[in-house]
Amino acid sequence: MSISIQDVEHVAKLARLELSEQEQHKLTEQLNAILKYAEKLNELDTDQVEPTSHPMPLSNVMREDVSRPSLPIEKVLLNAPDEEDGQIRVPAVLE
Amino acid sequence: MSLFDLKLQEVHNRLHAKEISVSDLVNASYERIGQVDGKIQAFLKLDEENARATAKALDEQLAAGGTRGLLFGLPVGIKDNIVTEGVTTTCASQFLRNFNPVYDATAVRKLKEAQAVSIGKLNMDEFAMGGSNENSSFHPTYNPWNPEYVPGGSSGGSAAAVAAGEVYFSLGSDTGGSIRQPASYCGIVGLKPTYGLVSRFGLVAFASSLDQIGPLTKNVEDSAYLLQAIAGHDPADSTSANVEIPDYLSALTGDIKGLRVAIPKEYLGEGIDPKVRDAVQTALKVLEGLGAVVEEVSLPHSEYAVATYYLLASSEASSNLARFDGVRYGVRAENPKNLLDLYHTSRSEGFGPEVKRRIMLGTYALSSGYYDAYYLKAQKVRTLIKQDFDKVFENYDVVIGPTVPTTAFKVGSQVNDPMTMYLNDILTIPVNLAGVPAISIPCGLADGMPVGLQIIGKPLDESTVLRVAHAYEQNTEHHKLRPQL
Repeated sequence: MSISIQDVEHVAKLARLELSEQEQHKLTEQLNAILKYAEKLNELDTDQVEPTSHPMPLSNVMREDVSRPSLPIEKVLLNAPDEEDGQIRVPAVLE
Repeated sequence: MSLFDLKLQEVHNRLHAKEISVSDLVNASYERIGQVDGKIQAFLKLDEENARATAKALDEQLAAGGTRGLLFGLPVGIKDNIVTEGVTTTCASQFLRNFNPVYDATAVRKLKEAQAVSIGKLNMDEFAMGGSNENSSFHPTYNPWNPEYVPGGSSGGSAAAVAAGEVYFSLGSDTGGSIRQPASYCGIVGLKPTYGLVSRFGLVAFASSLDQIGPLTKNVEDSAYLLQAIAGHDPADSTSANVEIPDYLSALTGDIKGLRVAIPKEYLGEGIDPKVRDAVQTALKVLEGLGAVVEEVSLPHSEYAVATYYLLASSEASSNLARFDGVRYGVRAENPKNLLDLYHTSRSEGFGPEVKRRIMLGTYALSSGYYDAYYLKAQKVRTLIKQDFDKVFENYDVVIGPTVPTTAFKVGSQVNDPMTMYLNDILTIPVNLAGVPAISIPCGLADGMPVGLQIIGKPLDESTVLRVAHAYEQNTEHHKLRPQL
């Protein structure tokens, strides 16, 4: 499988990245080199192998659903790039 | 002799005897930083005002008598992807250049409870992606042994600061070797604990199933102390291990008679620098001399680890880094046309090339039509790699090999070749995939640059890893070597 510059453009959209034409070319080349190396994994027959998502045996960790204090609003907003009336402001979603 | 070359117990004895004060220790730290940090650039941010105030308070406590914390008064540096309340935490990324955390990571809180003194925040590869610190978006860090060489990464600042004597010890994080590889390159001790032993709460996530915080120190005893302080279950990290934490110091008995050591043939084969191989083989003879039984084994899926890792870690990173969208914190692009444009431009301006490369790789591996071929395939191979270790640990106590195939490389020599850079991690990555603990300790010099010996243990068996490392250290002099700066 090889990745085209159109694929790179598509994936950039999915990843919410805007890439210059130069970046697109470079990434096409570099991602192809990495994916070609990754094809090595196809040497292994894994039909009967279970996937590992996590190294330690863990099941869901539950706690009681009770209210508890959260961060005060001024701390939550401390790093907000744009805020107004205790809320984070963004450009209009519906125009 | 620097105060930081004294053993921890000796520092505490002198504090107790009033021969030195905590302020002296903190002064020594900033003084040394003033002398050498211009050359190695390990720090991104100094927290001098807080550190001096803390030192003063600890000195008052000392004068009043009473109990002292485990790490009382010791100057510590913290990798800049571990959040510190009120002290900028950037992950060495432009995206977070002004990010001011509103809480402490659990590991930082525990350091404070143990009464260590935070000196400042240490440089790293942006978002912990890289193995040379050349991916920091602020400035590179240089190797204290020779500033023409990289310190390794991604915890390069954490390793360089300890090697250069700027702090007593430091915290780093390790996703594919990011504590052990720079420890190896800088000639110090770096421990990656078992996945989940140390809480990840407040560690800015790179690859959540692999990330782990751990200590970088000058010797194995300090490593045990620092681990003791930071290990333990944390309700704020549901993946943290709910186990009793042993007394790591008591594991340092020096006795490894009858210990069963496995040396995987894949770890001394092709691609390993002959001088690194020689140093490791000499180290194995030392262990044999102490009564350990060394035998060759095979970890047959080792050659697949790097490909597996880059698919899994990048996939997890692409998901984790989706949170950096310019809305709630971090940089926001000026005058966005609309919300979507705000996301696109903020992220494109905020992230450096390696971060974009991994987000792209991960997004591709997770995207519709490629998920089974790349992500799921890699998860299955991860199982095979983990099973390799399970099988060997049925018959052996530890697995030993080099930490990295070579010593540190020259600054700039691999920046245009991501694949070569990725292959430096070939011996550290399998450990993260399997989730087991491993330490890198100095085992000599090759052409004037340090070589690291890696000791890998069973899950949650840090005690044995530390015991072997300590026994080796007690019978060699390599850990006493210091770079001339």
